[in-house]
Amino acid sequence: MTAQTLEQRDLAAVIGLEVHVQLETDTKIFCGCSTEATEDEEPNTRTCPTCLGLPGALPVLNEGAVEAAVKIGKALDADIPEETSFHRKNYYYPDLPKNFQITQYDAPICRDGRIEVEIEDERREISIRRAHLEEDPGSLQHAGGSIDTADYTLVNYNRAGTPLMEVVTRPDFRSPKETRRFLAKMEEVLEYLGVFDATRDGSLRVDANISMVPADEVAEDGSIAEETLESANRTEVKNISSHKGAEKALAYEVTRQKNAIKRGRAVEQETRHWDESRGVTVSMRSKEEEKDYRYFREADLPPLRVSGWKEEIPIPELPDARRDRFREEYGLDEESADKLTSTKEVADFYEEVAERFDPDLAATWVADNLLGELNYRDMRITDVTDRLDEFARLVELVDEGEITTKNAEEVVLRRMLDEGEDPDAVIEAEGLGTADDDEVAVAVSEAIDENPDAVEDYHAGEGGALNFLVGQVMGKTGGSADPGDVNRLLRERLED
Amino acid sequence: MADADLNVFVTEERIEGEDDGPLAGKTVAVKDNLSTEGVRTTCGSAMLDDYVPPYDATVVRRLKGAGATIVGKANMDEFGMGGTTETSAYGPTRNPVDPERVPGGSSGGSAAAVAAGEADLALGTDTGGSVRNPAAFCGVVGIKPTYGLVSRYGLVAYANSLEQVGPLAPTVEGAAALLDAVAGPDERDGTTRDPTEAVDDYPDGSYADAADGDVDGTTIGVVSDLVEGADEAVVGAFEDAIADLESQGAEVVDVSLESVEHAVQAYYVIAMSEASSNLARYDGVRYGKSGGYEGNWNDAFARAREEGFGPEVKRRILLGTYALSAGYHDKYYKKAQDARAWVKQDFDEALSEADVLATPTMPVLPPKVGDSLDDPLSLYLMDANTVPVNLANLPAISVPAGEAEGLPVGLQLVGPKFGEHDIVRVASAVEN
Repeated sequence: MTAQTLEQRDLAAVIGLEVHVQLETDTKIFCGCSTEATEDEEPNTRTCPTCLGLPGALPVLNEGAVEAAVKIGKALDADIPEETSFHRKNYYYPDLPKNFQITQYDAPICRDGRIEVEIEDERREISIRRAHLEEDPGSLQHAGGSIDTADYTLVNYNRAGTPLMEVVTRPDFRSPKETRRFLAKMEEVLEYLGVFDATRDGSLRVDANISMVPADEVAEDGSIAEETLESANRTEVKNISSHKGAEKALAYEVTRQKNAIKRGRAVEQETRHWDESRGVTVSMRSKEEEKDYRYFREADLPPLRVSGWKEEIPIPELPDARRDRFREEYGLDEESADKLTSTKEVADFYEEVAERFDPDLAATWVADNLLGELNYRDMRITDVTDRLDEFARLVELVDEGEITTKNAEEVVLRRMLDEGEDPDAVIEAEGLGTADDDEVAVAVSEAIDENPDAVEDYHAGEGGALNFLVGQVMGKTGGSADPGDVNRLLRERLED
Repeated sequence: MADADLNVFVTEERIEGEDDGPLAGKTVAVKDNLSTEGVRTTCGSAMLDDYVPPYDATVVRRLKGAGATIVGKANMDEFGMGGTTETSAYGPTRNPVDPERVPGGSSGGSAAAVAAGEADLALGTDTGGSVRNPAAFCGVVGIKPTYGLVSRYGLVAYANSLEQVGPLAPTVEGAAALLDAVAGPDERDGTTRDPTEAVDDYPDGSYADAADGDVDGTTIGVVSDLVEGADEAVVGAFEDAIADLESQGAEVVDVSLESVEHAVQAYYVIAMSEASSNLARYDGVRYGKSGGYEGNWNDAFARAREEGFGPEVKRRILLGTYALSAGYHDKYYKKAQDARAWVKQDFDEALSEADVLATPTMPVLPPKVGDSLDDPLSLYLMDANTVPVNLANLPAISVPAGEAEGLPVGLQLVGPKFGEHDIVRVASAVEN
C-alpha cells in the first residue's frame, strides 16, 4: 500500500457476472412438460407431479438440456468433464416447489472457458469460471404491488423446471459498458447455437459482483493482483434482466461506491436489488447474510457420463468466424458483414440469396432493404424465412431490370411484407414493369415543355431544378423509370 | 382383540386392479407413503392429512396391472421415521401376535395387515429396515430389494439414497411373487436398473420360482459382529435356524464386518440429512395448515411446520440440517459418506467368502407399546442389523425363524447386488 489513503486515489471498477439463461429445449429439465408458454395460458397448467415437486415425484434428466449445455461449453472453449452430476441447493422460497433447487456444484458441465468481446475496437477475452445446469423456479405474482406492499402473493409453477444455464465469469470486466457488450455477445453466440431465445420473457437474468480498486493497481493488460481483489469489499447486484439494465445498474453502483469511498465510508459487503423503474440499487435486508445452502449430492439423478459428447455434438459456425468469412468470401464491408451475421437466421438467409445472385446485390437487398423494412415493422427475419424464394424472385426481377430498384423497394417489398403477396402479383396489380425507352423519352419531353421556369433555373445553375424535373418524369411514368436514366436523359436534352 | 383395534390402516379403501394377472384375486395393503391417485396418502403425518395425490406410484400402477386389489393404506411411523409405528399421527398400530406390543416399523401397518389376515400381501418401504423390522416382529416375510430394482416413483421420500419399496407376505414364495410384480426398471426413476444388464450371469426365472428350498452347497456367512449384540433369546432361535440350514446341506462360515459398528451413526447422519431436504417442501403453502400467519413468510413456514410435524420428524430434520451445515458438513455428512463406502466394501469382501450372509433381523424381541418412545437412542440402536444393508444398497430378506418367549424371531439373509434369487432360495429353506 502506498501512503495515500483509498479516498485520495483514482478508482477502477472490477466486475464479474453470473448470467442465467433459459435453454431452448422441447421439455423441462427433469420432466416431460413443455418449456413453451402458450398464449394466455392459465397459471399452474403446464405442470406435472415432478415440476410441482409433489411428494414422491422424481426428476429424470432431460439429456437434451445437457446437449445444449455441451454446445455452450464448446462455444465457450470450456472443459467438459468425464462425468457430470447434480446437487441440491437448499433454501426456502415460495417459488421453489421443493424448497431446494437441483443444480450443479462440484461437477459442473463446463469449466474454464473464454469468450472474446470487442470493446472500443479492442478484442478482450473474458474468462468463464464455470457454467452449470439447474432448474428454474416458478414465478411469484405479488397481488397489489411489490413484495413489500402486496396483500398476498400467488405462485405460478408453469416456469418451474425450465432448464437454466448459469454462466459465471471471472471478475474481468473493468466498466459497466463492457458487461453490456459481453451480454450482447453471449446472447448472439447462444442464439447461433440454437439453444436460446432472447425474445422469451425472462430468458436472461443477471447477477453482478462489483467492487472498486485503486486504478493504479490495475496492470496494463487489465489484470489485478488477487490480494487487491480480495481486500476490496464487493456488492452483489441482483434482478438485472437486460444488457442495458446491466450497464445502468452497474454505472449506478460505480457512482455509489465511488462516492462512499470518497467520503471515507467503507462499501458494505451486501446484496443489492436493481430497481429498474427507479434506476437505483437498493440494499436487500441482510437476511441473506449467511448463505448456507447445505449443498449435497442429488441421489435421484445418477451421474451422467459425458466424455466424448464434446466431440460428438456438432455446433454451427459461430458469429465471429462467420463474419470474417463473409468479408473474405463475399467481399463485404465491415458494416454489412456485421448486419448480415447479427443472427444465425439472417446469415443463413443472406447466404441462400448470395448463392443465387451477386453477393453485393444480395447484401444490399438483405442488409439494407429487407432488414430495414422488417425492423420498421417490428418483424424478424424468422417471420419471412419461409418466403425466401419470393424474396429471391424480387431480387431477380431487379437484377434483370424487370423492375426499378425504387419500385421494388418502396412498393413491392412493402406489399410483400404488409399484405403477404408475392412479387409477381404485386407487379401485375400495380403495373410496375420497367418503363420502356419510348415512354421515358415522351415523359422527358413533356416535363421540359411543361416547366419552362425549371429549365431556366437549370441553365442559371440552380441545382434543385434538375431534381424537380426528374421528379416530374418519375411521376409521369408511375415510378417505373430508372431515376439514373431519367437524370442522364434530361441532362442530354437540356444541354443540347 | 378385534382387528379394528390393531389400527392397521390410516385409510381403508378398495382400489380394484385389472381383472386378470398374476396377482388376480389377491388383496394387498399398501403403505401410506406410496402415492395412490385419488386416495389420500398421509405418510402417517398430520402435515399430509388431506393430501390426495393426482397420480399413482409406479408400484401401485404395477399392482393394479397385475390384478391385485388394494384394500387400504397401511399405517406407518410418520414419514417412515421410527421402528415401532408409534410416531404415526394416526395412533400406534398394534402387533397381531400380541396387541400389547408394537408391530415394528416403520411399515408396521403393512406387516400387521398380513399377520392379521387383513390383506394377503402388503407393500412396505425400507430405508433402514422398515420392511424387515416389522416382518420380524409380526412373524411374516419381508424383502428389502437391491437399491434400483424397484421404482421409487411415487414413494414419498424420507431418505432417497437408501430406500426401496419391498413386499411383505406370510410366505417367502408369496413375497417373491409380489416382488416379481413390482420389480423392474422405470423410466420415471433414473436410479432403477435392469438387473439382467447390471450384473453378469443374472439367473433366469422368477423370484417366486427361486423359492425352491434348495440350499445344498450354498455357503452362508454368519456375521458374528451382528449376532453378538443381540438378546440371548433371539440368538438362540437364530442359531437353531442356522443349524437347520446346515442340516439341509448348507455350508456355514463365520464372517466379520468390522465397519458395521459405525453403520448406525453413518445411517442416521445420511438419512436425517436427506430427510431435512426431502421434507422441506412441507411449508404450509401447499401442504398442512397454512394461512392466517402474519408477517415474514419464513415465520409462516416455521409455524406450519411446527404444527404439522411430530416430534421425531422435527428431531430428524433439525439434526439433518445441522449435519449438512457449513462447518459441520465435513465432520458429519462427509464422514458418514466415507463410512458408507467402507460398509459397502466390507460387504463385498464378506460376500466373496459366502453366497449369502445371515444375521438376526432384530437384535431384540418386539417391545411393548409405549416402552421405547422416550428413548430415541435405544430405538436407533435397534436398527443395528438392518441399516448396514441399506448403506450397501444390497438385497435382504427377513424370514420367520421360530419363536422366543412366545414372540416371533426373524432371520435376515443378505445377498449380493441383485442377488434376490439367492436370498429367496435360502429363506425358503428356513421355512422348511
